[in-house]
Amino acid sequence: MSTAALSAAEAQTVTAARRLARARSVFIGVGRPSTAAILARALYNPRLVLVYESGTIGAKPFHIPLSIGDGELAHTSDLIVSVPEMFNYWITPGRIDVGCLGAAQVDRFANLNSTVIGDYARPKTRLPGAGGAPEIAAGCGEVVVIVAHDRRTLVQRLDFVTTVGHGDGAGARERLGFRGAGPTAVITELGVLEPDPQTRELRLTSVHHGVEVGDAVAATGWELRVAEHVEVIEPPSVDELAALRELSSR
Amino acid sequence: MAEIVPLREAVAELVRDGDAVALEGFTHLIPFAAGHELIRQGRSELELIRMTPDILYDQLIGVGACRRLVFSYGGNPGVGSLHRFRDAIENGWPRAIEIEEHSHAGMANRYAAGAAHLPCGLLRGYRGTDLVAHTRVAFIQCPFTGEELAVVPALAPDVTVIHAQEADRDGNVQLWGIPGVQKEAVLAADRVLVTVERIVDRIEPRPGGVLIPGWVIDAVALAPGGSQPSYSLDITERDNDFYMRWDAISRDRDAFTSWIDTHVRGKTAVA
Repeated sequence: MSTAALSAAEAQTVTAARRLARARSVFIGVGRPSTAAILARALYNPRLVLVYESGTIGAKPFHIPLSIGDGELAHTSDLIVSVPEMFNYWITPGRIDVGCLGAAQVDRFANLNSTVIGDYARPKTRLPGAGGAPEIAAGCGEVVVIVAHDRRTLVQRLDFVTTVGHGDGAGARERLGFRGAGPTAVITELGVLEPDPQTRELRLTSVHHGVEVGDAVAATGWELRVAEHVEVIEPPSVDELAALRELSSR
Repeated sequence: MAEIVPLREAVAELVRDGDAVALEGFTHLIPFAAGHELIRQGRSELELIRMTPDILYDQLIGVGACRRLVFSYGGNPGVGSLHRFRDAIENGWPRAIEIEEHSHAGMANRYAAGAAHLPCGLLRGYRGTDLVAHTRVAFIQCPFTGEELAVVPALAPDVTVIHAQEADRDGNVQLWGIPGVQKEAVLAADRVLVTVERIVDRIEPRPGGVLIPGWVIDAVALAPGGSQPSYSLDITERDNDFYMRWDAISRDRDAFTSWIDTHVRGKTAVA
């Protein structure tokens, strides 16, 4: 195993993987969510069903895929379905336990923007757009958001609401008729934000080993509420880190 | 029965300037050879429809062939931005394009409605998002339960183009692996072109394979390797290096144009 110091990204990925230790199924895109899910399957949850938007259900990739449609996902999956079937029969009816999503911007109620920075008609930065995110966030049992922790990402106000997390707070999801619980965690490289059970506003509930609460608050674009007892996340064990680095090197 | 014709003829015959064209394939089986033939033949003013306008649509947008784009996710999967797509929307280069964007669930149901010749598709979606104010979606009340549901207009492309692993001599087609939304896109369209890796004497149906009868297809063209740098499961591999290299090629207008001149305009269609 490499003896390089633990990076913030590694701590973030292992924290996300641990969150999947008891899930039955997880919907993932590429990047850190995919790495976290493959790691969770390898370390704590061998029966975890990996679901990729391309239609592969129960994929068992040996390598971290570059795209959600890599051949290895098709070859190792339990079943492959069409895109209409994926959304109409699997995601929106709530058959997937956890949806993992990223975003360019997140607000205090864990609503997400992946559409534009700036004005919609004349954007400063045109982002890829919604993809599956709105219906994944509405339909999956719960949502785990994996993003960078800085003031560009965690913002006071989204430039565009691509995906509803907790809307304008308590009761919003119920009013919209959403079935899933919505975002239960925003995992960053500084710590974890979780919705307050009453207001649904995100609160800092834990930080990675070596991160000060003040650092996380300062890196957030709104006045971040802090839980009464902020836990320090157990740093990745030797085994967890070795498994992550071995997986990344394949 | 679908006619088996050379790709150049098929494109010349089936795709016209100003058409609404869907080149589908969800990461897998993307019809690059046919898309490049559109560029070589100088098709223009196209309404391009595709759930995931990846590199192929970045190329069509970059050469100015696209007037209007209908899509749900415009990124280079696993890599980042589509720079030609961004340049067109952010700076109007080489021309401004009109966009209509949806969620994947919305696009999938639009195609499914098109295949069923229904006017619209029904789903739980879009609610609470800013997409509602910027795209074609409406909400209706279920007459049986009272639940509010989203409706999206059916997609009916003038032409759908897909790539598949094989066809027989009557133009019956089989594809397998990730099926995307190709069957729906084919059945939703007025005219259909399928490019294939190989022509076989007899199709052996595969478990999980998608069979499309030749009588709903207008033309089949042989295009071995025609989905590269995407792939055709069990025949070619996804060229992940190229997807990563595209980031640098497409970032710069001149580098992009010179790549198109060399690798698309400077070549002729296979077969």
